[in-house]
Amino acid sequence: MKELKVLAVVVFFSLLVYWGVEPFAHGQMHKHVDSDKFAYSDLPEITKEGDAANGGNLVMGAGACLGCHSIESQGMPAPMDAGTAAASYGVNPPDLSNIGALYDEKFLAELIKNPAHALNVEHKFDPAAGKMHPMVAFYGAGGDIDQEVADMVAYFKSIAPKEISPKEAFDNACGRCHAMRYDKYTQLGDIPEFKYEKDALAYQIKVLEYQDHLKKYMGTLPPDLSMIIRARSAHYLETFVENPQTQLAGTSMPRVGLSKEGYEKVEAYLTEIGDPSKPQREAIGPWVLGFFLIFSILAFLWKKHQWRDLH
Amino acid sequence: MAKFDENARPFSEKWLDERLGVVTLKKVLSTEYWIPKDINFLWAMGMVLAATFGLLLISGIFLLMYYKPDAALAFDSVNYTIMTEVGYGWLWRHIHGVGASIVFLIIYIHMFTGIYYGSYKKGREMIWISGMLLFVAFSAEAFSGYMLPWGQMSYWAGMVITNLFSGGSLEAYGLVEWIRGDYVPGDAFLTRFFMLHVLLLPLVIIGLIVLHFGTLRLPHVNNQKGEEIDFEEAAELYKAGKKKESKVIPFNPVFLSKDVFVMGVYFILFFYLVFYHFDFAMDPVNFDPADGLKTPPHIYPEWYFLWSYEILRPFNKDLGLIAFGIAQIALFFLPFIDRSPNVAPAHKRGLFNIWFWVLLVDMIVLTILGKLPPEGIYNDLGLVAAIVFLLLGPALFVITKMEKKI
Amino acid sequence: MKEQGRRDFMGMALGGFTALGGLGALYAMKRSWDPLPSVKAAGFTTIDLSAAQENVLNIEKWRGKPIFVLKKSADMKADDRDVVVGSDRFHVSIGLCTHLGCIPAYLPGEKIFRCACHGGEFDASGHEIFGPPPSPLEIPPFKLEGTTIVLGEEGPEFIKMKDAGLIA
Ligand code: HEM
Ligand code: FES
Repeated sequence: MKELKVLAVVVFFSLLVYWGVEPFAHGQMHKHVDSDKFAYSDLPEITKEGDAANGGNLVMGAGACLGCHSIESQGMPAPMDAGTAAASYGVNPPDLSNIGALYDEKFLAELIKNPAHALNVEHKFDPAAGKMHPMVAFYGAGGDIDQEVADMVAYFKSIAPKEISPKEAFDNACGRCHAMRYDKYTQLGDIPEFKYEKDALAYQIKVLEYQDHLKKYMGTLPPDLSMIIRARSAHYLETFVENPQTQLAGTSMPRVGLSKEGYEKVEAYLTEIGDPSKPQREAIGPWVLGFFLIFSILAFLWKKHQWRDLH
Repeated sequence: MAKFDENARPFSEKWLDERLGVVTLKKVLSTEYWIPKDINFLWAMGMVLAATFGLLLISGIFLLMYYKPDAALAFDSVNYTIMTEVGYGWLWRHIHGVGASIVFLIIYIHMFTGIYYGSYKKGREMIWISGMLLFVAFSAEAFSGYMLPWGQMSYWAGMVITNLFSGGSLEAYGLVEWIRGDYVPGDAFLTRFFMLHVLLLPLVIIGLIVLHFGTLRLPHVNNQKGEEIDFEEAAELYKAGKKKESKVIPFNPVFLSKDVFVMGVYFILFFYLVFYHFDFAMDPVNFDPADGLKTPPHIYPEWYFLWSYEILRPFNKDLGLIAFGIAQIALFFLPFIDRSPNVAPAHKRGLFNIWFWVLLVDMIVLTILGKLPPEGIYNDLGLVAAIVFLLLGPALFVITKMEKKI
Repeated sequence: MKEQGRRDFMGMALGGFTALGGLGALYAMKRSWDPLPSVKAAGFTTIDLSAAQENVLNIEKWRGKPIFVLKKSADMKADDRDVVVGSDRFHVSIGLCTHLGCIPAYLPGEKIFRCACHGGEFDASGHEIFGPPPSPLEIPPFKLEGTTIVLGEEGPEFIKMKDAGLIA
């Protein structure tokens, strides 16, 4: 039919424009980065079978982790508050209760042995130039260092909870550097409710002080992530978190080392806060489209009826 | 003094007719508004545009109730309050965003339909001119609306577009600052563009739509063959029941039924985009809050401005501005540049047919290049495409001057 | 004309179906005017009762409305609507006249509330005693936690009053 031919021409040129300004142009604008699927293939495999009990001893003892970190779930509080920690290290060291469930084990092992390498920030921290990473590397407790590290990783996996909420994942992996104002969350955690403005302002000053330390440490204040899920594509976010250097060479953001499951949790939280209408869109969409499908069919029948004795 | 029937029941048709002339009105505007029978779905685009404008208006009213025109609050009022707190706020925003983008696709289809069938000639010049005024008003409406979420794209588009008004070597930075009310786009800029977007420009657009509809009434719409129809005669035939022989149909309900069907199909596409595929219309970069100290790595206008933006790019500052200025207004003059005596579809008009497709392809090429990074081969292609566009005007004049009457 | 009606059955079916869609759109519009989640979440106010002085009216704010907190002195009549904390009795109510919503003033000498708008009066337990107000001052949902009272939550004392039909 002639009209269908006209339609085909219109559709062809519309799609051509769409292809040109969307997939094609964006493909030209952004270089393509392949996802490593959180395999961390550049990091060495763990070859030793870990012994959690021994790992626990090392974490408490020779590893000296507790000098900076807390393990709240095991009743071991942080040695100092977040602000003081940030003043000393630039950023508040994370609690270690659930890291075994969030991060890749190869990453954790490398992190213990050589933090700047695992975190992929060797461009910022170069021991030869006297710029040490604030996390001190573990040089071994006298035995086989690979065995000792494997033991510590096993320990962290053994104490990690089975279920971690998306927000807990964000809190540990991103939340010490990035705020989330749409969830009333700052680098110091959830903003408490204050009855008096004076208290609220005092708290705000604490947050600002923490952010100042962070800014000095990072070179710039890491952005609030409330809307990041809409501001970047899913692929970009994934590959960026996997290895920030691939997308933003020279960035001071470290590789955080999340496992695939850990990242999915973080992504779920970003979506919950930045794109909360997603479930509703998916629930209502089919109904609206179905409505217009039936509408079109009825309209077609009406048109046929109105035009029946015109030709 | 007119006669009034004492016995007419209040608000009955007769009663209303005596007071408001509703029967005549209905005839003139709908049941005896004659439309040629020989038209295709492209003639429904006008009503599709009107419907899309309706959607934009309704969704806009709901956005307006929570939006805060303040540089410090705007971003969060949109992205937090409207998108996460207001019941179905996201739906209004998605409809508004997708509508603002897709309305231009339909406008372009509508314009190219007019060009293809020669619907801007011989008594239809005012239709075309009022249509072009609508295009300009819609462009201003889209641009001012794009400022409102106060994201990175809003800010930097505001920066770049207002700088155009410095006039190149004229260095009219005073004018630029006057438009902004500030040294950079700031609070005053946002609030004045807010006013334009929600009050002044919509008023203008509504007025222009009325004008556009008015310009259609006397010349009537064109048809697929460009045939000159004696509407009175054809209407008589139709009213006498000779519907097959008559070349016209009444707008309501016959033409309308086709319009409504086309609208239905269009709405399927439209709401598919609203629910599942909106990034093309709601640029991710604009979900980063405005930052006057950081330009995003790639900035580009919305897709419907790209062709004219690309005409600006390959030249130096002054020439670019001049070329851009010409591109903005060139299409207004179409009815007067086209000297051909024929109102006929392009495929019947020889060289004009080639001219038409060159124009279409050139504008698409410009559009795509406008979004590509300005480097290497894209620059050369851009220059060629821009020059082709500028030459198309004189070419049309020559081609149509030579065109024989068919 | 009769024939026309029959013939345009399709048009009417389409119209009816469109109206259905219109109802859906109206529902979405209705929801857009509902109070926002943040408005609802902010619906809690905590008031410390321990510092109150007898026969001095305190006015607090809850959901944008004034809240009367009046510690009763020994000579004021006890009432089932009183909030009892230890040996103290309090009158706690929404400080809006039940006639048309003005804020009545407390007169400590006469120990009554008087509304300036149309002259309505309430006693110190919030019962209407004169003028146009049709019902006592309304008691907001509350929950006692020691000597503090949380407005916006329904505690056992409030539920008891509600079940006895005393809150308004
Ligand atoms: C939102 C904006 C617009 C609306 C609501 C609108 C609406 C309409 C309507 C309802 C018609 C009659 C039916 C049809 O032929 O489709 C029409 C016809 C027409 N419009 Fe528009 N229009 C708009 C923008 C434009 C623009 C931007 C142009 C071109 C510069 C334009 C040029 C024309 C022409 C030439 C016709 C006559 C078509 C013919 O006679 O075959 N319109 N318009
Ligand atoms: S409002 Fe208080 S008496 Fe009328």
